[in-house]
Amino acid sequence: MTGKVIVIGGGVTGMEAASQLSAAGHEVLLLEQKKTLGGNVSQWDRLFPSLRPAGELLDHLKENLLARKVKVYFGAEVLAVARSGNQFGVTLTDGEKMTADALLIATGFQMFDARRKEEYGYGIYTNVITSADLEEIFRQKKGIKNPSGKVPQKIAFIHCVGSRDVKCGNTYCSSVCCITAVKQAIEVKEMLPEATVYCFYMDLRMYGRYFEDFYKKAQEKHGIQFVRGRLSEAVENPDETVMLKVEDTLALRPLRMSFDMVVLMAGMEVSQGTVRLGKLLDLHFADDRFIQPSNEHLLRNVTGSKGVFVAGTATGPKTIYDCISDARSATLAIDEYLKQK
Amino acid sequence: MKKFDIFVLPFTIGLAFILAYTVIMYVRWIAGLSPIDKLKLRANFIKTLPRSLKEIVMESLFHRKIYKKNFLLGYMHMSFAFGWLMLIVIGNIQSHLYSRDIINPPYYPIFYKFFEPYPMPFATYKVFEFIMDFLLLYILSGVFLAYIKRIRSRLLGMQSTTRHIFADRMTLTSLWLIFPLRLLAESFTSHHRGEFLTGTLYRFFSGFLPVHHMAYPFWWAYSIALGVFFLSLPLSRYMHIITEPLLIILRNAGIKTYKEFKTYTDVELNACSRCGICIDACQMSTAARIRTVQPVYFLRDARYRRLTPSLANHCLLCGRCNEACPVGIDQVALRIIKRKDFTLSPAYYEYIPSRQITRAPVLYFAGCMTHLTPSIIIAMKEIFARAGEKVWWMDENGSICCGRPLIFSGNIESARVLMKKNKDLIEQSGASLLVTSCPICYRTFREDYHLRIPVMHHTQYIYQLIKEGKLKAEKTSISTVYHDPCELGRGCGIYDEPREVLKQYATLVSSPSERNNALCCGGSLGNSEIPHERREMITRDATLQLLSTGADYLVTSCPLCKKTFSRFSPAVIDIAQVVAGQWNSLPPAQRKNELAGTMVEQ
Amino acid sequence: MINFGYSIHKDNQINMDAVSMELLEKVKKREPSVMMCMACGSCAATCSAAQFTSFSLRHLMLKVCRGQMQGLEKEAEKCMLCGKCQLVCPRGVNTRNVIIAIRSVLEEPVNE
Repeated sequence: MTGKVIVIGGGVTGMEAASQLSAAGHEVLLLEQKKTLGGNVSQWDRLFPSLRPAGELLDHLKENLLARKVKVYFGAEVLAVARSGNQFGVTLTDGEKMTADALLIATGFQMFDARRKEEYGYGIYTNVITSADLEEIFRQKKGIKNPSGKVPQKIAFIHCVGSRDVKCGNTYCSSVCCITAVKQAIEVKEMLPEATVYCFYMDLRMYGRYFEDFYKKAQEKHGIQFVRGRLSEAVENPDETVMLKVEDTLALRPLRMSFDMVVLMAGMEVSQGTVRLGKLLDLHFADDRFIQPSNEHLLRNVTGSKGVFVAGTATGPKTIYDCISDARSATLAIDEYLKQK
Repeated sequence: MKKFDIFVLPFTIGLAFILAYTVIMYVRWIAGLSPIDKLKLRANFIKTLPRSLKEIVMESLFHRKIYKKNFLLGYMHMSFAFGWLMLIVIGNIQSHLYSRDIINPPYYPIFYKFFEPYPMPFATYKVFEFIMDFLLLYILSGVFLAYIKRIRSRLLGMQSTTRHIFADRMTLTSLWLIFPLRLLAESFTSHHRGEFLTGTLYRFFSGFLPVHHMAYPFWWAYSIALGVFFLSLPLSRYMHIITEPLLIILRNAGIKTYKEFKTYTDVELNACSRCGICIDACQMSTAARIRTVQPVYFLRDARYRRLTPSLANHCLLCGRCNEACPVGIDQVALRIIKRKDFTLSPAYYEYIPSRQITRAPVLYFAGCMTHLTPSIIIAMKEIFARAGEKVWWMDENGSICCGRPLIFSGNIESARVLMKKNKDLIEQSGASLLVTSCPICYRTFREDYHLRIPVMHHTQYIYQLIKEGKLKAEKTSISTVYHDPCELGRGCGIYDEPREVLKQYATLVSSPSERNNALCCGGSLGNSEIPHERREMITRDATLQLLSTGADYLVTSCPLCKKTFSRFSPAVIDIAQVVAGQWNSLPPAQRKNELAGTMVEQ
Repeated sequence: MINFGYSIHKDNQINMDAVSMELLEKVKKREPSVMMCMACGSCAATCSAAQFTSFSLRHLMLKVCRGQMQGLEKEAEKCMLCGKCQLVCPRGVNTRNVIIAIRSVLEEPVNE
């Protein structure tokens, strides 16, 4: 039995799930809020740990989508969802209506607003940027200049900004920031081989395949220094460089150092879209504010609401690998559901 | 007609005891006042007596402040105080007017109906009888409400009420029994009388009970209840009946709670009636469900000398309870006094080096916390620059704490060491004004440092700059809600300057709890016991209340409040930032969405 | 004893088999959140006292957890109780109360 599925969210997860569902024979509509597909990944330059271009992955996913004849709606925002029997009636903000037998929430995450960690100076000091800002600099392919306009000689990466921090309201680990920091540190060193790069971490989460090798490469080949000590305060020097105050927990002494550019590895938070949809569909959110699926091992894509499925970072921080796996697992779950009807 | 029966003994002994106790305590307390306080009392007593008497009537009898909280609650307390007093007074007048003897024993009016079972044939006598029955009914309605309050305090406007210890419950029971027993004793003795209450009840009971035999035991019971109440009063919460009038007189004569434990402090401890109104005012109770550490329990344990450090330390020192207390006890000051009992051995901080001083007319002390909210410092720098002020930022390269957190934890000696170091710096700098961004530091500079130069919080300083024309205000259409920090508002009485400043730059929206009723952000250093999750509950509740006013920004004037509130919302800024035009550059709509996403209904 | 020119150094290892956790238990009872510390160092990095002297709350807490709390009174006294550490701790440890607990426990008379 085939049916009609609406996938909400045109990021990596949404695109993969849409393609796979279509391959399984279902009719798929993909709703994307922005004017282009790709979600968060479309803002990235290269992916860890292989450093393959993000665009390459996205092109691949888009091709699959086109080949499958999935109907994509751009600028589409869900206004209301109504149930009638086993069907869903979805209304968009521009008035368009559509029906479906199942919904897949793939609305993902948004980045932690680093302004909330005021003592790090984002939005206050000139030369403090986030990992997203740096990734945009990479994408521009015009070399690296700090916000003051100079080519930075000393760059610092601060791990765990807005993650594992009860004072920011997020006690979970965002899982990808450590490896992203290593990646960006390596990329900076590739572009500026003479630069001094430091990473300030609490723990280094190198859990994935080749992550540990990547870390080793960062140290060995690129001479990046890793200091185990969480940043407590940043102070702006008169010349717009930023001085960091850290305790070097392994050397057992406080440490301070000035940098031309400080990159904050801001963590993941549940996106506004996910929250809004979750409220519309009466979904269960866990206390880390991501969606809670019905069973962590066996029903990862099933929600408490019949016919509503979820995949991707809407259920918590994940790597792209896991998002794609999750998209396929959601496809299976939806396929099974539609076959039963 | 006989004027004595042995049953009056319990009452009479109790009465003699409590009267003697009152005299002795008053003498001890007044004699125990410090010489300065005695001078104040002697100088001001007559002058302030009319005011004191008025306050005693309005608060101790009529419980005006309690009426403001809830009408039924005020009615209940007033019925006991005013009703019982009237019962005694009118009863005395009645027995004096209609008795054959010029002087009657003290128990005579109390048991009047026993000694004079036959009514007198005067018209005015009937009026007295009516009034006495009416007063008894009035008090009984209060007793009824008191029963209800024990079972369901919400009906009387109290979310939580005091959990009493056994001794209090015993005295409470005897008090509550007094009036029903009087009612029954008088009713059973009313076979010759026709009053609306006791007479009716007589006719009702005599229909199926052997009232003639029951009257005497009930007069005994009534007397015993009175006796037990009086005898147990000194150790119970009802000590407030005796103590509160004296407290009012002393307070109006100018005597205050100081920083040391004095005799006046002991008067305050005894004046607490354990009414429990402070529990609802305390955000630890309403938001964090901590209900065992409020002033009622702290004062009780302090009075019975069984205070533990963890109870003494478990208070945000926000002062909301002080505002709610009908007796006006300064619980915050008392906490700090008692915390000194648990002080650690003094530390001398010899490691603090002598600092290099820059001479400037104005000193800026940012404060420890402000280093974690650098936006305030940057805003202040901008303001100083615009006003053309020459400033030395004295804690730029490391702050020596002002010392107030040490005072909060009872470590006065250690605090004094830090204060001396800071004071030396301040005096050697030759400055003529000290400006600080932190209300905690501000309060301690003002109260404890005894500086020769004026101290201002940055809101006062900015207000002055605007008045002097050194700063030009530029109004925007942004709507703000102002949060009064505990130490600046209730602590120092500064409510107006920040608002005046804010109104020149933005629209000010009022919030339901402001000025002296303002909420505490929860970040207070006054409480060293409270676990982090409970603090968060208080902060979340306060943030929700402030932002539900619909304002675009929550403006505060304390770095600790700012850091604490921004846990839940990025739309929190300091007044200095408003004045410097350094808003967080977020369009309002987006901010509201962010707040909705950040705050979780748990 | 003849001086042969060399001496026996005390073993530098922390011998967890021989260490007493009694003081840690006392601190834990007064302030249970001491166990939540992940030794990230935020507290020590922001500490007011650490700017002038070698005081590290993180290090102090670590010593407590390893049963090496004796003789740390002088260290713990350096704290000004300013509270900055508590504002930055990512785990929500009640750091001020930990210091107060450590100092109280160390100040208790040894034989009760």
